[in-house]
Amino acid sequence: MSVVEVSHINKSYADKVVVHDLSFSVAKNEIFGLIGPNGAGKTTTIRMMMDIIKPDSGQIAILGDKLCESSKNKLGYLPEERGLYRNLSVIDSIVYLASLKGMEKRSVKLKAEKLLNKTGMMASKNKKIEELSKGMSQIIQFIVTIIHDPELIVLDEPFSGLDPVNTQLLKQMILDLRSQGKAVVLSTHQMNQVEELCDRLLMINSGQAVLCGNLREIKSKHRSNSIIIDFDGELGQIPGVAGRRDHTGYVELMLDENTTPKQVLEQLVKTEITINRFEVATPSLNEIFLKVVGKKS
Amino acid sequence: MNKTLLIFKHEFLHTIKRTGFIILTLVLPMLALLGIGIFHIVSGISKPPSELTKIGYIDEVGGFDQFTNQGNITFISFDGMEAITQALINRDIKEYFVIPPEYTSKGIITRYTLEKQLTTPPDIQTAIKDFLLNNLLAEKVPIATVKVIGSPLSLVTIRLTATGAISPEQGGLTNLIIPGIFGILLALSLIFSSTYVLQGLGEEKENRLMEILLSSVSTRELITGKVLGIGAAGLTQVVIWMISLPFLLNLASSSIKGFFSMIQIPPNLLVLGVVYFILGYLLFAMLSAGIAAVSTTVREGQGLASIFTIFAIAPFWFYSLLLAFPNSPVWVFFSIFPFSAPVLMMLRIGTTAVPTWQLAVSIAVMALSIIGGLLLVAKLLRTYILMYGKRPNLKEIMQNLRN
Repeated sequence: MSVVEVSHINKSYADKVVVHDLSFSVAKNEIFGLIGPNGAGKTTTIRMMMDIIKPDSGQIAILGDKLCESSKNKLGYLPEERGLYRNLSVIDSIVYLASLKGMEKRSVKLKAEKLLNKTGMMASKNKKIEELSKGMSQIIQFIVTIIHDPELIVLDEPFSGLDPVNTQLLKQMILDLRSQGKAVVLSTHQMNQVEELCDRLLMINSGQAVLCGNLREIKSKHRSNSIIIDFDGELGQIPGVAGRRDHTGYVELMLDENTTPKQVLEQLVKTEITINRFEVATPSLNEIFLKVVGKKS
Repeated sequence: MNKTLLIFKHEFLHTIKRTGFIILTLVLPMLALLGIGIFHIVSGISKPPSELTKIGYIDEVGGFDQFTNQGNITFISFDGMEAITQALINRDIKEYFVIPPEYTSKGIITRYTLEKQLTTPPDIQTAIKDFLLNNLLAEKVPIATVKVIGSPLSLVTIRLTATGAISPEQGGLTNLIIPGIFGILLALSLIFSSTYVLQGLGEEKENRLMEILLSSVSTRELITGKVLGIGAAGLTQVVIWMISLPFLLNLASSSIKGFFSMIQIPPNLLVLGVVYFILGYLLFAMLSAGIAAVSTTVREGQGLASIFTIFAIAPFWFYSLLLAFPNSPVWVFFSIFPFSAPVLMMLRIGTTAVPTWQLAVSIAVMALSIIGGLLLVAKLLRTYILMYGKRPNLKEIMQNLRN
């Protein structure tokens, strides 16, 4: 059973179509990336999943059913626009927001201490939110998002404003959630994070799906027939190489339609050059993103 | 625990812990205590001295020689200006006055004193007046009649019902005190409570908490819990004031004898007060929620809200007109107009007998405004509570409401 099943949803504001005929599903035990340029409809899609706004048409099933007040307790949501009660202490904020997810006060306190310890925030337990830095309050918000052990976790731009140490901490916690069998939806602009974390992804542009599937398959599908090599010596002419592009520290060789990277490697081994690095050039997600979005727009 | 109840509890506790709330709740009884204390101290200082005061006089008319002892004041007759001025300088007498020959026709008395005074102290004025009156009328009218002439007019007005029986609800200035105080308290707590709703929702919107909350609870649960929680805190404030009121009045009556002991509480006031607080609060809270939804910052929202809260204060600006013409059609209209109804109706109840139909229409109009407004505000909240950055203009809001 899919944790999220979105089928053919549409949403318009006044005359503007924000989401058009969008469908996707998210399974247990996976990190699902939701990517797209600004104004693509990512946040609107997430808000519809969270039942904060209603779709004009289409169906959304969360944990096998339409979202209701009791199933909201099984969701954890970290919105892009986030904040906490500035005058409330860290622990009081966590206790109140977790109680709205159906947790008992005592168990919240125990779990909160565990998570505060894990994130190195225990010293700030009784501090007011306004005394914390932006990164620290973001960690608190992440704790609020996962403290009630939700089955579906939706994270909208979770890494923005975090330093490298906290980014690494958060990444590890997201990977832990996946290994605990949770479904995680990750919406971000940072393609390197998607490449690093996501199993599958959906790219949307102007409210429509432009790319969906397994990350490895997508990259393979968008691979150009070229290789990257770093070598010492004189390369000379290699059969099957249609073009060459020099970069700092490496050279990209474009192959013709009938040549495979394996054939080129066999040719290179026969020459007198010393090969330091040889790899099949796969485009970065960022390049695919720019290519797909550019084509569509 | 029910989520509405959780929000209710959180908002109630959060509001009553606010410094502003605590100060406002305590400051009114404190100010009243301070006022009573100051009255007590001042009146204690200026209390007439218990020892005898000697006041000299020169009688140029003749015949003012009886009744020279008036309470603690003794009047001593002198023959000439030189002797009486010398006695004043020597402090044999505290002050003196001259009854000139034309006093009986013009009524003018000249008073001489060493002290710089704003007005003649009331005890001395009364003593001189009684001394003159008694001497003027001595042997012409009976003593009892002299006393009646000397006393101010004491007019006792009794209000009768349509059947001619004595009405349980009497008029008079004393009747005005409690509704007046209650009106002020009502206006204050309406304004402050609805400000808390505006601040609460505005902060949650400004701090971007709204989305987290709405992923846990429904808009209806959020608004209901918040409005009732803050309303309960507002009601607690009113109750604290109401409990302290009889205590303060009792204290005041023992210090400021007479007037306060005559105070009457119109019988329907407490019931109507609670009804109008609840209706008024719901109306203002709902309006505040709508304003919070369309405003980008709390400050901007407060500016917008003041346009409406001004109706709660405005009746006090026209209080004197209200006292003079309590049944003017203008007041009848504004005691039905929902935003000014709660406070204005409180003030009118103290001033006049408000016809039952007006009370019924006013309450009905408020109830209908709340229901109608609730539907509009719910729509506004759903549309605008997650919109940041740009405040929609009236045209856009109207268009969205129509859609």
